[in-house]
Amino acid sequence: MLIYVFRRLLTAIPTLFVIVTLAFFLIRVAPGGPFNQERGLSPEIKANLEAQFGLDDPIWLQYVHYLNNLLHGNFGPSYNLPDFTVGELFANGLPISIQLGAAALTLALLVGGTLGIIAALNQNKAGDYAVIATATAGSTIPSFVIAPVIQLVFGLTWNLLPIGGWNDGALLNKIGPVLTLSLPQIAIVARLMRGSMIESLRAHHIRTARALGLSRWSVVVKHALRGAVLPIISYAGPAAAALLTGSIIVETIFAIPGVGRYFVDAALNRDYTLVMGTVVVIAVFTILFNLIVDILYAVVDPRVRYD
Amino acid sequence: MTDAAIEQAVQGRSFWGDAWARLKANKAAMVSLYYLLFVTVLCVAGPYSVPHLYTTIYPDYVRTPPSITAYPKADMVETALGDAVKRMRVELKSWQQEGDRITVTVTGSKKLDERNIRYLDRSDTFDDARVESMAPDGLEMVMSAAIKQQYFLFGTDNTGRDLLSRTLMAGRISLAIGLLAGVVAVAIGVVYGATAGFIGGKTDEVMMRIVDVLYSLPFIFFVIMLVVFFGRNFVLMFLAVGAVLWLDMARIVRGQALSIRRQEYVQAAEALGVTRRGILQRHIVPNLLGVVVIYMTLLVPQVIILESFLSFLGLGVQEPMTSWGVLISAGAKNIGSANWMLMYPAFFLVSTLFALNFVGDGLRDALDPKDR
Repeated sequence: MLIYVFRRLLTAIPTLFVIVTLAFFLIRVAPGGPFNQERGLSPEIKANLEAQFGLDDPIWLQYVHYLNNLLHGNFGPSYNLPDFTVGELFANGLPISIQLGAAALTLALLVGGTLGIIAALNQNKAGDYAVIATATAGSTIPSFVIAPVIQLVFGLTWNLLPIGGWNDGALLNKIGPVLTLSLPQIAIVARLMRGSMIESLRAHHIRTARALGLSRWSVVVKHALRGAVLPIISYAGPAAAALLTGSIIVETIFAIPGVGRYFVDAALNRDYTLVMGTVVVIAVFTILFNLIVDILYAVVDPRVRYD
Repeated sequence: MTDAAIEQAVQGRSFWGDAWARLKANKAAMVSLYYLLFVTVLCVAGPYSVPHLYTTIYPDYVRTPPSITAYPKADMVETALGDAVKRMRVELKSWQQEGDRITVTVTGSKKLDERNIRYLDRSDTFDDARVESMAPDGLEMVMSAAIKQQYFLFGTDNTGRDLLSRTLMAGRISLAIGLLAGVVAVAIGVVYGATAGFIGGKTDEVMMRIVDVLYSLPFIFFVIMLVVFFGRNFVLMFLAVGAVLWLDMARIVRGQALSIRRQEYVQAAEALGVTRRGILQRHIVPNLLGVVVIYMTLLVPQVIILESFLSFLGLGVQEPMTSWGVLISAGAKNIGSANWMLMYPAFFLVSTLFALNFVGDGLRDALDPKDR
């Protein structure tokens, strides 16, 4: 197992390398640069700025420099937020995005999973239809509608929650963003869980367990759930990577100082280093969570062996 | 037995006839289908029948709440009159309302100009202004004007534009973009996937690896790069977005094409010497069509969400043109003072997405060969 993990981590290096290379040249091909602002800088100042950041070097040299810095854990300075390095920006924002994402993911797995099991146990009955309807609504309504509606209902009409802001991570400030992030995920997890649970309940070992007179709880939770949870695991991996690296919609609407906005802002401002930093962070999270998914698979399903 | 009766007995149902019968039995899908038709007609024809243009700005009606009765309300007349008189740089002495006309007496320290009445006409609240009488010394004037009746069923937005005509116009854009990008994605996906599936072997391998690579890049990165390259020209952009969304379609069509090619009836047709073209026309394309139709109905809502998302970020459709995403974005910024700006466009967007999903699900149930 350890050898497998080690090997997977090794194969992640070329993947990461390809992604970094592709992103580096793609963003450089885009017209404009970090210092082409609406109010144009005088050519001398622009040349000096570019010289300061090494942007006047040939592109291959810049690429080599960037890779070298990256290997030393240095993401470089941000061009448009000159007081910060890209590393500092992530050190400040990532914990916030991770907190919200982790809470949303936990909520999605618990609530979505439970709803899915309830639906599967009551297949084609009222409970099932209620869950399906909720899931359809949850996965159809886009988050940029859910978020303002939550602000409107809980924040302005009932005065229960602040309508936005981070406020040093106060619990009340987290509720809106976490709800917005988790509702669509709850819907998807509930659907997946319902489908796989129905299948799992039809399996022979479940019939045997029932025939042997095991309690309903034990049949469902101990035996059926184990088989049913595999699709959820493979969904949760990429979903976790996406949730933990921040959502631009949620962070914009609720004014959360996370990392979700960086990607779009940086790409539009040609803040090359920040774009690259975001790509690297997202790629690392994606690779990491795919690895975790594969390990969990082996833990849950003993038939899966990695040697 | 008559000939007609035999003909009746022999006549089978075609694949599409069968599918249509199944779809008709699905109430949710049919209601959704009619709702979609209704929204489409409303959005296409609506902007012509609403008395306000979606670009017209009414400075007197900024952020006016929706109402089914006509504006101006009683207290708004005085405000509007006060504004107009202030612009005339004269003093308001008295005014009164009789029916739908008002009579206004103004005084000034200098000789009054009759042309001042144009300030009443310019206001969105009044119409048909006339000078009734002028004092001999020219320092006092009596004017009258009709109160212009206006309906804002959905209210107005931040700059005083009618939200009803804007919502309908936005629907036109959102639906058109959904269809446009959807068709582009499906066309590329079908051609690519079918080619890979039919040729098979090494070509298939290479073509599908390319798809895998494109898949592994973050989707939002792609979209942002497209925005960067194409600027904010939204037709070009959505052609490009369509060109990004074809990946799923290509995979599905390839898989389907591979499996159809191995079916016995295709082998039989080959053995009987049917040409490649004949097999394609008679067997492959009709069997692919079901999947394509289903996927297309599921793709359109995705594109609409994507468009709204981009417009929400300010990267999509640009003012004064509008889309549901643009309106929702403006609504989200004004929920405190004007929640109707969020509610109406959001209702239209969400109900359309629901309807598209139900139709998609209904089509899947109706066309899925596994279910037959």
